[in-house]
Amino acid sequence: MTQDLSVALVFIVYAMGMLITFGTVLTWVERKQAAVMSDRIGANRAYIRIPFTQFKMIWWGLFHGIADGLKMMLKENFQPRTYDRIAYAIAPWVVFTPVLLVFAVVPFGGTLDPGRLVPALADWFDGRTYPMQIARLDAGLLVVFAFSGLTIIGTMLAGWSSANKFSLLGGLRAGSQMISYELVMGLTVLGLILLFGSIDLGAIVRRQSGIALGFLPAWGIVYQPFGALLFLTAAIAENKRIPFDLPEAESELIAGYYTEYTSMKMGLFMFAEFIEIAIIGALFTTLFLGGYNLPYMSDAGFTLPGGITLAMSHGAVVLTQLVVFLVKVLLVCSFQILIRWSLPRFRYDQVLAFAWKFMLPLALINLVVTAVILWSHGGSL
Amino acid sequence: MNVSYQRKRYWNEPTLTAWERAYLPEIMRGLAVTSTVFLRNMWRWMTGRKGALTTYYPEETRVDYAPLNRGKHVLTQRPDGKPQCIACNLCATVCPAKVIEIEAGFDPTDVAHPKFPIRFEIDYSRCIFCGLCVEACPEDAIRMARETPDLPTGDRHRMWLGLEEMLTWQPQRDVAKPYPPAGDKATAGGLP
Repeated sequence: MTQDLSVALVFIVYAMGMLITFGTVLTWVERKQAAVMSDRIGANRAYIRIPFTQFKMIWWGLFHGIADGLKMMLKENFQPRTYDRIAYAIAPWVVFTPVLLVFAVVPFGGTLDPGRLVPALADWFDGRTYPMQIARLDAGLLVVFAFSGLTIIGTMLAGWSSANKFSLLGGLRAGSQMISYELVMGLTVLGLILLFGSIDLGAIVRRQSGIALGFLPAWGIVYQPFGALLFLTAAIAENKRIPFDLPEAESELIAGYYTEYTSMKMGLFMFAEFIEIAIIGALFTTLFLGGYNLPYMSDAGFTLPGGITLAMSHGAVVLTQLVVFLVKVLLVCSFQILIRWSLPRFRYDQVLAFAWKFMLPLALINLVVTAVILWSHGGSL
Repeated sequence: MNVSYQRKRYWNEPTLTAWERAYLPEIMRGLAVTSTVFLRNMWRWMTGRKGALTTYYPEETRVDYAPLNRGKHVLTQRPDGKPQCIACNLCATVCPAKVIEIEAGFDPTDVAHPKFPIRFEIDYSRCIFCGLCVEACPEDAIRMARETPDLPTGDRHRMWLGLEEMLTWQPQRDVAKPYPPAGDKATAGGLP
């Protein structure tokens, strides 16, 4: 019991640390990548000076995220004269908390055997193993959609309680857009659920560890390329980023539903958006890019074609899996940022028409085709 | 009332080909363009070059300033090394930003130019580099060099340029006004 709790605590600390770090670093990555994409230099001035020396750690401006956070905390906490103070105060938290909670069911590594990792603790752990995942829920994907659906309430609360027409418009737009794309997102994943026969994210990742068609990794994106594309599009729309950032379209609505928020309350909205980039990256990695799996890699090491095996110690395997997961997530995040800085914004009617008239039929077709192919193969590929 | 909404037709309606109307290929093309630029710049950065043309200003300075660039102020000197300035305050008067401060001194031994600046200071935190001081000077005593002043600092009270810095310029190299002057008339010219 104590063993389980301590391992769970370590996982929670790791996951929180990872998400907060991603949220902070992504603010820098976004600016820097946008700058490099457009032949500029980008954020490079913030630094930390080591006390009592003149040595400045600039590191290409990596500390701009910290500077931003500090600035947000030191800003004046302006409050509008709203009649609904409670809703106004809790709205940022209603947006921020579910975003963190989603990660609870995402596996970020394979199976951990603490006894083998630290031989001194072998007796205490008594051969117990833990999949690296905070909550081993067999309803994994349902939990993901349940929590990510909660953020809609937060945005609508913020838009409603700000007593501002721009906020209200932004909240309305956020509500209708997110509900539409939530539906599309769910439908695109259905094909994958049919294919893998499970909604437990851990099981889905384990099903992607093999080789498909002889040479490709058996990742979801190989079986469901259209599903992957639709899922990523719907997820970006769900996160309300350009080209779908109608709820906060700054040229029309100032800042949309968080116009009336200042200081760290506004910072929480921004931070939630950046963490959600990482969450989308983690979900896409888990569902379509094989999670922590590398091709030809198993818990014992690499088994390359031709019978060559590379044995790895348990610690090396765990470390490789963690790093592989992080790298994949970072690549997907980078791709989202690439999209955000390449495409122009849709018009509002186009966004909703895109969801209902284009994405939804495509998702349904994807589902039907998957079901038919699976049926003709007798239930599984 | 039989009013039906009709969208206005313009003479230069944008025309999209079927390929562009399909939207997805054009998105792919746009992403390819941006990611190509990104990868190219990253590759340049990794091989020690720069992707952007930007100059990191305080650390790097541009080498391609124009020859007539209005940069840092310099005070021309007489052959004996004293400033040619006669502390007439014309530059301080004409200065639109009011950044020049001159304190005049009296030197009875120099009959031709008894008035000289003890203090000649320019506040570069407010100077707009318009060059009117150069235009106003009757003695050709102040000019603007091609180099930029070493401005960036964390404290605006350190952005004053004094007499010492402005007299470091070597007038011997100036082709417009050769030193020593051709005749003694030029130096003795002031008083009859």
